[in-house]
Amino acid sequence: MSRLPALSLAGCLRGPLAGPLATLLAGLMLGLCTLLALPTSAHAADFDYRLQPRELAPGAWVVVGLKEDFSFANGGNIVNTGFIVGSEGVIVIDTGSSKRYGEQMLAAIRRVTPLPIVLTVNTHHHPDHFLGNQAFPRATLAALPETLAAIRSEGEGFNANMYRLNGDWMRDTEVVVPGRSLAAGRQRIGGRDVELLALGGHTIADLVVIDHDSGTVYAADLLFHGRTPTTPHADIARWLAALDTLEGLPARRWVPGHGEPATDLAPLRQTRDYLGWLAQAIRAGAESGQDMTELFQTPIPPRFAGLALVKEEFRRSVVHLFPAAEQAVLEAARTKASR
Amino acid sequence: MRLLARPALAWITAALTALAAPTALAAAPNPSTAITPASSTPAVAHPGTQADPLDSPRWEDMRKTFFADARVVFDERIKVSGPAVAEDSLNVPVTVDASAVPGVEELIVFADFNPIVKALRFEPGAAQPRLGFRIKLQQSSPVRAAARTADGVWRIGGAWITATGGGCTLPSIGSGSPEWQERLNEVSGKLWPRIDGGERLRMRIIHPMDTGLAAGIPAFHIDDIVITDAEGRTLSRIQPLEPVSENPSFTLDLRAAAPGARLHVAGRDNNGNRIDAWVTR
Repeated sequence: MSRLPALSLAGCLRGPLAGPLATLLAGLMLGLCTLLALPTSAHAADFDYRLQPRELAPGAWVVVGLKEDFSFANGGNIVNTGFIVGSEGVIVIDTGSSKRYGEQMLAAIRRVTPLPIVLTVNTHHHPDHFLGNQAFPRATLAALPETLAAIRSEGEGFNANMYRLNGDWMRDTEVVVPGRSLAAGRQRIGGRDVELLALGGHTIADLVVIDHDSGTVYAADLLFHGRTPTTPHADIARWLAALDTLEGLPARRWVPGHGEPATDLAPLRQTRDYLGWLAQAIRAGAESGQDMTELFQTPIPPRFAGLALVKEEFRRSVVHLFPAAEQAVLEAARTKASR
Repeated sequence: MRLLARPALAWITAALTALAAPTALAAAPNPSTAITPASSTPAVAHPGTQADPLDSPRWEDMRKTFFADARVVFDERIKVSGPAVAEDSLNVPVTVDASAVPGVEELIVFADFNPIVKALRFEPGAAQPRLGFRIKLQQSSPVRAAARTADGVWRIGGAWITATGGGCTLPSIGSGSPEWQERLNEVSGKLWPRIDGGERLRMRIIHPMDTGLAAGIPAFHIDDIVITDAEGRTLSRIQPLEPVSENPSFTLDLRAAAPGARLHVAGRDNNGNRIDAWVTR
């Protein structure tokens, strides 16, 4: 809550005070924030996400977000986005959580290359992956057909909720549904050897982008690394099958949707381990007759202690996944009783 | 659950003040004076006006609505457990538990800030005074359980649940699909023998539980569920209202094992449609 005054002060600064004075005051405020031990990774004062693209391999870039939940402090910068720079153009993988994020991401790309954006994909329909669409050329926006439909039906609700969670960072953000529908397949895009995989399980449709020239797999939210997987639209069995598919890819490096990129299978193994435990815990709870509020108290194995937000995400996942598990148990009992 | 420091302190202060000056209890039942001193000189104006531990501006209305002149006390033994933040406003899991208080005859559950405040009434009978279910929340609200004992005293506990809202004014999923009509009031349930010798009943009943607050969809909800044993003895009764979630699910614990390892569930909705099913292990 101590963040709120900082935000409103920032609002004043952007008005009458401009130029060097504002810079000076902003600097002072940042110093003050440091003194008060406020999170300095997010710069609410100037709504600058400080996006720092990293080049994992020649032409294969990632912008790594924080391992946090949405907040007024981070403005939604909790997601990994990426871009691939080919000889003729740039492929953008996800556009971030807000119009400001999209604009700042495009500016970051422009610091790297002047080549045109030739394709901008939304890997799936979660708001941190598509609400930056406004900043990118409309004709380049594309997603899998199920993702387009989901953005169309759920996008506005997500956007309203993101304003509530991230505050003024969201200013002027609007839902832009991509106009192009993607199909799986390997092709040259922007002069780069790129393959699109149509998987699912984290959501109804999860697009994976493979940059064959560098061996980089942009796995989006099928992979989480050091951050607990989220499940609001998950089908765990399908997700685990997608992980099997990913494991078979000849990849040299992995970009998860949340958490650090890796050159080994650590993100994949971690995601699989957690999802397997989660599904089992929920099934066991339903079979033993537990109620949801009792299942909330399930002890989380120590091996997941390093996953950011594990306690919070586990409870959210119980709400998402328990009703179906409960229904399976109760329906089976009803069938038995009516025989 | 989460008792905030200040209201808790106010509650203790109120109790001490009441003990020290019993004559003050008779004074000033005027509602305006009963509301204003909540933070400074709490809870001596009226027998029913202890300061609300949840510090809700709606408390005084709740007290008048549900308890009129009955004696009301806040009691930490009445537990309401649920998530601190509702992930899905249409399905907020809640367990109310008054089993630490002996002799509870009736429980009611309400949420101060819901457009329809009261969620259900529960007569535990042969069950523990403890019930798990899910509710719709229109916005962040205290969710409270009030337990009445034979002496007529209502003991109240509760917890704040944060919600993004819309839970009560959205149409049910069922109201938009023809499938539920064929399965209306279908009961899927199962019994689990408990270590303490009792029997757990979990059940889900197909019903849209429409609140009447979504445009063009009238209120349509289950309003009575009676659980009986194989010999027809009434064991327990749940009377849900509109805020209970669509396709409601209930968890309750009977004190004794069910004879023949089966129970009968009967009931009806507000349109007179019957519920009639057996539940087994």
